[in-house]
Amino acid sequence: MATAGAKKTRSKEKPGKSPAVLPILTATERVDLLRKMVLIRRFEQKAAQAFMQAKIKGFCHLYIGQEAVAVGSISTLHEGDAVITAYRDHGHALARGMSARECMAELFGKITGCSRGKGGSMHFFSKEKHFHGGHGIVGGQTPLAAGIAFAQKYNQSGAVTVCYLGDGAVNQGAFHEALNLAALWKLPVIYVIENNEYAMGTSQHRSSAGDPLVKRADGYDMAGITAHGADVDDVREKMWDAVQLARTESLPSLVEIKTYRYRGHSMSDPGHYRSKDEIENRKKEADPLALYRERLYKEKALTEKQYEEIERQCVAEAEDSVAFAESSPEPEVNTVFEDIFAPEDQMPEFRPPIGS
Amino acid sequence: MAVCTMREALNQALSEEMERDERVFLMGEEVAEYQGAYKVSSGLLQKFGPKRVVDTPISESGFAGLGVGAAMMGLRPVVEFMTWSFSMVAYDQIVNNAGAIRYMSGGQYSIPIVFRGSSGAGLQVGATHSHTPENWYANVPALTVITPGFPDDAKGLLKSAIRSNNPVCFIENEKLYGFKDEVPDGEWIVPIGQARIRREGNDVTLIANSASTHVALGAAGKLAANGISAEVIDLRTIKPLDLPTILASVAKTNRVVIVEENKPFAGWGAQVAYEIQHRSFDHLDAPIERVTGLDVPQPYARVLEQAVMPSEERVIAAAEKSLA
Ligand SMILES: Cc1ncc(C[n+]2csc(CCOP(=O)(O)OP(=O)(O)O)c2C)c(N)n1
Ligand SMILES: [Mg+2]
Repeated sequence: MATAGAKKTRSKEKPGKSPAVLPILTATERVDLLRKMVLIRRFEQKAAQAFMQAKIKGFCHLYIGQEAVAVGSISTLHEGDAVITAYRDHGHALARGMSARECMAELFGKITGCSRGKGGSMHFFSKEKHFHGGHGIVGGQTPLAAGIAFAQKYNQSGAVTVCYLGDGAVNQGAFHEALNLAALWKLPVIYVIENNEYAMGTSQHRSSAGDPLVKRADGYDMAGITAHGADVDDVREKMWDAVQLARTESLPSLVEIKTYRYRGHSMSDPGHYRSKDEIENRKKEADPLALYRERLYKEKALTEKQYEEIERQCVAEAEDSVAFAESSPEPEVNTVFEDIFAPEDQMPEFRPPIGS
Repeated sequence: MAVCTMREALNQALSEEMERDERVFLMGEEVAEYQGAYKVSSGLLQKFGPKRVVDTPISESGFAGLGVGAAMMGLRPVVEFMTWSFSMVAYDQIVNNAGAIRYMSGGQYSIPIVFRGSSGAGLQVGATHSHTPENWYANVPALTVITPGFPDDAKGLLKSAIRSNNPVCFIENEKLYGFKDEVPDGEWIVPIGQARIRREGNDVTLIANSASTHVALGAAGKLAANGISAEVIDLRTIKPLDLPTILASVAKTNRVVIVEENKPFAGWGAQVAYEIQHRSFDHLDAPIERVTGLDVPQPYARVLEQAVMPSEERVIAAAEKSLA
């Protein structure tokens, strides 16, 4: 099934149109979007390689095929806006500006990792970049996103929150509770369903009643928006509407972005639930990198030579991240007792030393 | 110093802390317009307005998680569960998010949140509404668990809980909301992690918390009439445990009875018993006794429920056994 062209559905009256228009990007900025997508793919390929060599352990969920979703959507945000996602988080972290080095080092379980080796693949965090995880429980991040947006509104910060979840996560109760709270309290949060058609081995039609998934916005009188996830421009355009709604009117939206993951659910997925043909066809029909690269060629925003240079740089950056991760020290064993409790500053510390 | 009920003491703590710190807000079912299911938040909406006293839909997972997200951003939410029995539908948010985000992020976030509400059995509300979940939450490494048994402790400990930069489960007991006692006015802080000796004695130590402290005190009074001098320790904080107070008492009495409303398997009393035998083995003159809620779902009928709850009679029998 090819992804349909983007369509926008709004339940009942439209909750107001956003005044500002999507800024038109310069050629350099457009090339930069492509560069980010290429970097994510090359990073993920290196991660896959390291996983096969048993340098990365545990669960490792790759983002290959979905790059335009994170890159397109995050490109519509301000620096101070918040991003939160599930366990398939490498792409969002890189798109948010976290370094390939700190991300790869986290995968390797090194002290130089973005979570000091305590989170692993599923639990990247960078408070500094307003990247609030990396969450391993399906749907568990969705109420947190409402809370982050609640705080943004409480503090009148003007910032908004984008929360990603999968097509499988829409069937978690916590998600529906979060949608209701966000709509009821008019929180500046955008829930983005990355519909890659599968939740592990279960296709959308085997897990979800009601299609498209964005219809679930209707029950909460939220704006429902859809976008074509292989097309970074379309993602940008549709996300822009949602972001403006949140920023200028403090209204939440639900955005469903159709996408496809090329690799297994995680590195340990044999992939019996779909055919090789299906995957190959999807790659051919709508690869986000190829699609955008060709568009930039056509628009003369990019030359083949420039593209080769981008490829070279991204491969080098991914390789550098592996070298950095490999040469980084393991955490000292006594760091296992660190980062449990925040220091108290309104009372004396009251906990006995850990391990006593 | 004024005499007031537990609910009034809790209300004072909330009001004073909200006054003191703009970042503190209260959120939960019926906390605002209804004035609180147990009237703990009475008057707070009128005082602080709907931005800071927030009625929620019946979505414990949603608003508990929302609270954690807000805490990650530096607000200091007080999330009320109508009763802790209903916290189970929010368990994931409390355990995996409040309990693990600081650690999983390598220490990047503080989660200054208080989850609070009523708990406990004995009021004939059946198995779903009667839980004392202190042992469940005490099992989560990053959570602090507080269970006050008296109005002064309730006030002083809730103020501490709100000022802590870490997630706190503050577990009240429904049977105690109307209990009256003296409570210091204004700024009154009780440190977290310190037990309180509520009655001194020499023959046997009764270790209890929350409503069970009142059962233990009742039993101690009756034991005294039989010439047995029981010391009663109210743990107040379940985690971190105040081992020095416990061990000092054991060194004096050499005998221990633990009284807890918890179900027995892996109840907090099991942990206390382990710590005592491990650290003060030579001081023990008898096996440690435990009086717990019986290992059955909570029944409705009065006679059945009374049989399940720790009672003065069972505490007295356990104390006598340890002294035999
Ligand atoms: C509460 C919970 N149940 C089950 C799992 C195991 N699990 C991890 S990912 C996943 C599939 C989720 O699919 P989807 O939401 O579509 O996201 P995607 O993996 O496609 O990005 C499952 C069942 C989990 N992590 N958490
Ligand atoms: Mg999916």
